[in-house]
Amino acid sequence: MSPTKRAYLRVCSMLLCAAPAFALQAGNTDAEISALKAAVKASQSAGDNAWMLVSSAFVLMMTGPGLALFYSGLVRRKNVLGTMMQSFVMMAVVTLLWGICAYSLVFGEGNALIGDFRYAFLNGVGGAPNLDYAPTIPHLTFMAYQMMFAIITPALIAGAFAERVRFHAMVVFSVLWLFLVYVPVAHMVWGKGGYLNPFLGGKIPVFDFAGGTVVHITSGFSALVAAIMIGKRHGFPHERMVPHSLVLSFIGACMLWMGWFGFNAGSALAASALASSAFVATHFAAAAGAVSWMVAERIKNGKASALGAISGAVAGLATVTQGAGFVTPVSGAIIGFIAGFVCYYMVVVVKNKLGYDDSLDAFGVHGVGGFIGCLLTGVFATRAVNDALKLANGQAAPLGLVDGNAGQIGNQLIGALIAIAFGVIGTWVSLKITGLITPVRMDKQQEAEGMDVALHGEEGYAFED
Amino acid sequence: MFKIEAIIQPFKLDDVREALKAAGIDGVTITEVRGHGRQKGHKEIYRGREYHVDLLPKAKLEMVVPESRKDEVIDTIMNAARTGNIGDGKIFVYNVGEAIRIRNNDRGESAL
Repeated sequence: MSPTKRAYLRVCSMLLCAAPAFALQAGNTDAEISALKAAVKASQSAGDNAWMLVSSAFVLMMTGPGLALFYSGLVRRKNVLGTMMQSFVMMAVVTLLWGICAYSLVFGEGNALIGDFRYAFLNGVGGAPNLDYAPTIPHLTFMAYQMMFAIITPALIAGAFAERVRFHAMVVFSVLWLFLVYVPVAHMVWGKGGYLNPFLGGKIPVFDFAGGTVVHITSGFSALVAAIMIGKRHGFPHERMVPHSLVLSFIGACMLWMGWFGFNAGSALAASALASSAFVATHFAAAAGAVSWMVAERIKNGKASALGAISGAVAGLATVTQGAGFVTPVSGAIIGFIAGFVCYYMVVVVKNKLGYDDSLDAFGVHGVGGFIGCLLTGVFATRAVNDALKLANGQAAPLGLVDGNAGQIGNQLIGALIAIAFGVIGTWVSLKITGLITPVRMDKQQEAEGMDVALHGEEGYAFED
Repeated sequence: MFKIEAIIQPFKLDDVREALKAAGIDGVTITEVRGHGRQKGHKEIYRGREYHVDLLPKAKLEMVVPESRKDEVIDTIMNAARTGNIGDGKIFVYNVGEAIRIRNNDRGESAL
């Protein structure tokens, strides 16, 4: 007999001896069953928690380095660090605000518009799950996961006013914006009792699986307002302003694509079949968006560009965010295709015709993508994918047009319009207040010098050995 | 002594350097430059914004040679750098008043 076999037999005999002892200890079948149930629950919780911790890290990676690289590659060389800092500083500042009270104002029960202070300073946010939101993972994990969304949203807006806004004005604006726009909209869509949250007692059912409305519509439309209010870069559009390193943008876009799995599949809040469905729908949408943008470019210019391919993928991802956990993977691909064409048209044709300087196309990609994604969710959402919403008789409620519920498109539109209204008004107010505290724009000389030297006193590329 | 300055296609740089080495010319200074002569530039499009780029990347070689080797070096560069198309570049030749080796104060042709 080999030593391995001997060891195996020894383990088996030990288990055989232990089993009757366990049965005796448990005493009766009810206790055994409840012990088994607890064990199953614990292992599910462990699996879910592992996935959600990884997802949280993925979503953070979307901001830094994903978005930081994507955006900083698109600006001129003199602004590379200043642009990266606009993403990175959100990782620091929003994190602290989230812990202090922003989390509570979004996910505390509060009223239909905004939460309350019950979780301020993470009071009561610990290892025990919050049964309303995510019953199988620690409340701390849920809090951390949601935090990463609050970090990336204001960072997205910065693309609209790239290369011309002072650093601390950007920080002040983002803090105000977080509380005036992100907090109420996120509470309305995702918070318990939120006006637009059909799963936790809301009035108008708006389906936003991973933040198409909360993240992309709010940031995208705010970006448009900010680009118009702050004004164009000096020399725009006649001076040459080309991406200084599409290589950086390329790496950043690939990290966004990868991180988006945490963003969308993680929004299932469990390592479930729904997470798999959202994962695949997300991936198909990114692929389809990249293809349709490249096709549009090939038709218009005769060449498919690298910048076009990555822009299309990001457009597909932003657009499928809203429906990721409500639509089938095939619908995800259709949504991505539409996103690539529509966002291409907005960025390349409409923007250049209207002449505003949304420098990195935060509106054209996230605002437009988020908006059409919101409506398309009303079309393609189906109970075959997501049966969380129940009718009075306990059956899964029909979701979108494909389930025969055409009215959902109207509901989605109402949700989008509310988010747009908050974004537009909140951005206007935030920028006005910021302007009272500190000048928003760099002066002409600083802008010529570049953000890196003028605002941060350093250079991104010091090649002199 | 003559200074020979050649502005060539960057992808021809290795050919030219090998040819010069084979001809026994050791000292050369190379700079990446941008410029254009008769060669037209190209169009770049970034998210629908078009730019005409007429400053093209070129390589500039500079070397100082004794009068006896001037024509040989010019021929070597011409043969190695020529593709026959617009954009092959130009060679300029200057008189050099003095050459000094910093290390040991050699002067004139012995400093080359």
